[in-house]
Amino acid sequence: MKPCSRIRLLTCGAFAWAFVGVAKLAFASSTTSPDIPSIFSPASTPADSIYRLSLFVLAICGAIFLVVFSLLVYSVVKFRQRPSDDGREPPQIYGSNQMELAWTVIPVLIVVVLFLATARVIHAVEDARFPAGTMEITAVGHQFWWEFQYPEQGFITANEVHVPVSDAKHPTPTHITLLSADTDHSFWVPKLAGKTDLIPNRTNSMWIDPHETGVYVGQCAQYCGTQHAKMLLQVIVESREDFDRWIAGQRQPVQHVDSVARGRQVFETTACVNCHTVSGTNANGKFGPDLTHLMSRETIAAGAALNTRESLKLWVKDPEAIKPGSLMPAMQLDEHDLDAVTDYLLSLR
Amino acid sequence: MSNAETVLKPMVVSPAREDARPFFDTVHDWIVTVDHKKLGLMYIGYGILFLVIGGIEATIMRIQLAIPNNHFVSPQTFNQLFTMHGTTMVFLVGMPLLFGFANYFVPLMIGARDMAFPRLNAFSFWMSALGGLILYFSFIGGSGLYGAGSAPDVGWFAYAPLTAQAFSPGHSTDYWIIGLLVSGIGSIGTALNIVTTALCMRCPGMTLGRMPLFVWLNLVMSAMVLIVISPLTAAQIMLLIDRYLGGHFFDTQAGGSAVIWMHFFWIFGHPEVYVLIIPGFAFVSEIIPVFSRKPIFGYAIMVAATLSIGFLSLGVWAHHMFTIGMTSYANAFFTASTMAVGVPTGIKIFNWLGTMWGGKIRFTIPMMFCIGFLFQFLIAGLTGIMLSASPFDWQLGNSYFVVAHFHYVLIGGLVFTIFAALYYWYPKVTGRMWNETLGKWHFWLFLIGFHLTFDFMHIPGVLGMPRRIYTYEAGRGWEIWNLIISLGVIFQIIGILFWVVNFLWSYFKGKPAGNDPWDAWTLEWATTSPPPDYNFAKIPAVRSRRPLWDLKHPEDPDWKYE
Repeated sequence: MKPCSRIRLLTCGAFAWAFVGVAKLAFASSTTSPDIPSIFSPASTPADSIYRLSLFVLAICGAIFLVVFSLLVYSVVKFRQRPSDDGREPPQIYGSNQMELAWTVIPVLIVVVLFLATARVIHAVEDARFPAGTMEITAVGHQFWWEFQYPEQGFITANEVHVPVSDAKHPTPTHITLLSADTDHSFWVPKLAGKTDLIPNRTNSMWIDPHETGVYVGQCAQYCGTQHAKMLLQVIVESREDFDRWIAGQRQPVQHVDSVARGRQVFETTACVNCHTVSGTNANGKFGPDLTHLMSRETIAAGAALNTRESLKLWVKDPEAIKPGSLMPAMQLDEHDLDAVTDYLLSLR
Repeated sequence: MSNAETVLKPMVVSPAREDARPFFDTVHDWIVTVDHKKLGLMYIGYGILFLVIGGIEATIMRIQLAIPNNHFVSPQTFNQLFTMHGTTMVFLVGMPLLFGFANYFVPLMIGARDMAFPRLNAFSFWMSALGGLILYFSFIGGSGLYGAGSAPDVGWFAYAPLTAQAFSPGHSTDYWIIGLLVSGIGSIGTALNIVTTALCMRCPGMTLGRMPLFVWLNLVMSAMVLIVISPLTAAQIMLLIDRYLGGHFFDTQAGGSAVIWMHFFWIFGHPEVYVLIIPGFAFVSEIIPVFSRKPIFGYAIMVAATLSIGFLSLGVWAHHMFTIGMTSYANAFFTASTMAVGVPTGIKIFNWLGTMWGGKIRFTIPMMFCIGFLFQFLIAGLTGIMLSASPFDWQLGNSYFVVAHFHYVLIGGLVFTIFAALYYWYPKVTGRMWNETLGKWHFWLFLIGFHLTFDFMHIPGVLGMPRRIYTYEAGRGWEIWNLIISLGVIFQIIGILFWVVNFLWSYFKGKPAGNDPWDAWTLEWATTSPPPDYNFAKIPAVRSRRPLWDLKHPEDPDWKYE
């Protein structure tokens, strides 16, 4: 080998090594961080079954890659035309039935193995049976937010869904029925389960059984219109006690606070009530999120802004400023009414 | 003396360049032409024009996504950009470019003087052109009476019910429907033409078993176009009925089915991917043998593998729908059928490898693009296997991993083969040779850009980033990857600029290429560069798959072995 080509080879090798190294490092650091919804850090049985299958599939694909890649590199290097070439044509080979048979049969066997491994996981996740005590939740996709109904407990919330942690001894999985009020959506919280679509005129379902408490983020994964990007989703997994406390809080009727009577009056005499519900009042619209316990949520506008006084006020005044294309109209209130309504919203605990 | 020799020898005539004629006469000639070579070039030119437009759309999207919470474009604009980018690349770039090559080279390779139906050929081209024009007119007329122009924003697969009047008022969706309906008529016409030409116009001695793989693969591709465009056209007409005549096929608010649209779309949409990649295989199957100095390894198996890919691809469509809540049996079936496609595809890769094995590989620019294709298509195939395992797809589906996968197929696979083909046949079409140094710059810059963009694009998908979002939050681990992805675009653009400069400069200043610069074996290299009108003064006759090899090696002709 000439020195110049050796240097070239070394440079290529060094680049490839650096490339793989950087990718690995960055990847490892980013998958271990808790805020990153990586499919490779599962925290619930469906996501975990998929994770194990994916490792198996990756291993097989990696092995195929190494073999074919090496053969390609070898043939490109070994059979390149040399400067010393005599100009004669190489032996003309038209094919070989043995070789063809080999590289037909081996891939067929690999496919059979991959299929059987996959079919097991399909069955395990899709045809799972649920123990008594399974939580039932209904998720309804809207442009561009999530409605969560707790039919057994009798209340409705939005965008941040609370579920109990499930331990191995006393599993309390959560079964989620998926519906859509308008276009297609998809429920995807990567650490908990694969995605399942919410399709109008169709009832889908999925299940999760998170092993650890915490907040798991996800978002709509089927294009649903202008603000598909800001249809974020949180699953808040709580210990049994915290979860029961939260349920009790959500079932409370709304607390009337005299100091915000003015704001309540503005709210109930404008178009707010056409779309929003505050249970126990005359506001019973169904088009937008239920606001009965608005202040128990961390975010508004499906995760587009934090649930603070400033963003609530801005949201009522000019939703386009926070989430352009959202279906919430600007309410055209004067400054005084705007403050009053914001105060009223802040009282909805 | 073989028949081929007597016919092929007198073909060496001086190159015929466009003589000095008034400009408008030349333009008129091109507009009214029914010549397969002119129409082929117009198809290719049309494809390249839209490739640039689609590329600009992609670049704007990558600027928007380079950093989190960016405000470079509005959400509506971003949604229009990805809709138009996808629609453009599939319908106005991929198919026209590939039809262009088929139009130009199928008659030449089978020793015919033109396509079977020259007038249908011209009609089909102009229908495709009109379809593209209608789609892009939406930028001006899309909102109709509702206001200013707006392009469609329903995504290239236009899922119901987002396309219903309730969610898509105005006319942007109508422009999408009608633009594709019209260009679909053109596609069907050209496909019919290619099938007929390959089956009925072959020169004496060219049995189906001696037809170049290029022609075989384009025959399979065209047959697939005939089968799969129809369901798309039917669905689009049903959608128009929904929108204007009160039909409820897909209108979910009146009891229609969103899922039926998905089935209609993907029974078109998945075979369409093979409609695009099979002509890519066709280019590679001609170029790799010539630059390895060996015949294609396992000709008959290659044909069989192509036929089985075509057949299997008609039974895999619902792997695009693994997340819609199908039963476990349906998911298992489509997992199995999709994985099965991997077998004939693998056979092809091994046969190309077998062709290079034991050869003397010449690293010309077309061959470099082919080798790039082999590596990248290998990876694209393997990520395809990952996505075919439906539980894995429940995680990866509709994420950036999918976007990376199909760009790996369509750029790392198809676009690399298209560049290989453009470099390989440029001397034949123009009579001049391109510049090697500029070609190398193009190859390496484009290769680096491609890998920066699409290798790293797999990662945000694994980290939970869905596709089709105009912006994303910071802190989810997606920022660095998106920045790298966007930076790769710069390399790709500079690479493409080298290509444009190279081809333009060489057209005027390139060295004369001669009739057969690659020492190749198929019939197009037997005629002049560029080929004369009607290609062959005398129809050639062949005795093997490589007529020019027989001619150059009378002591060891192919027909002794085939």
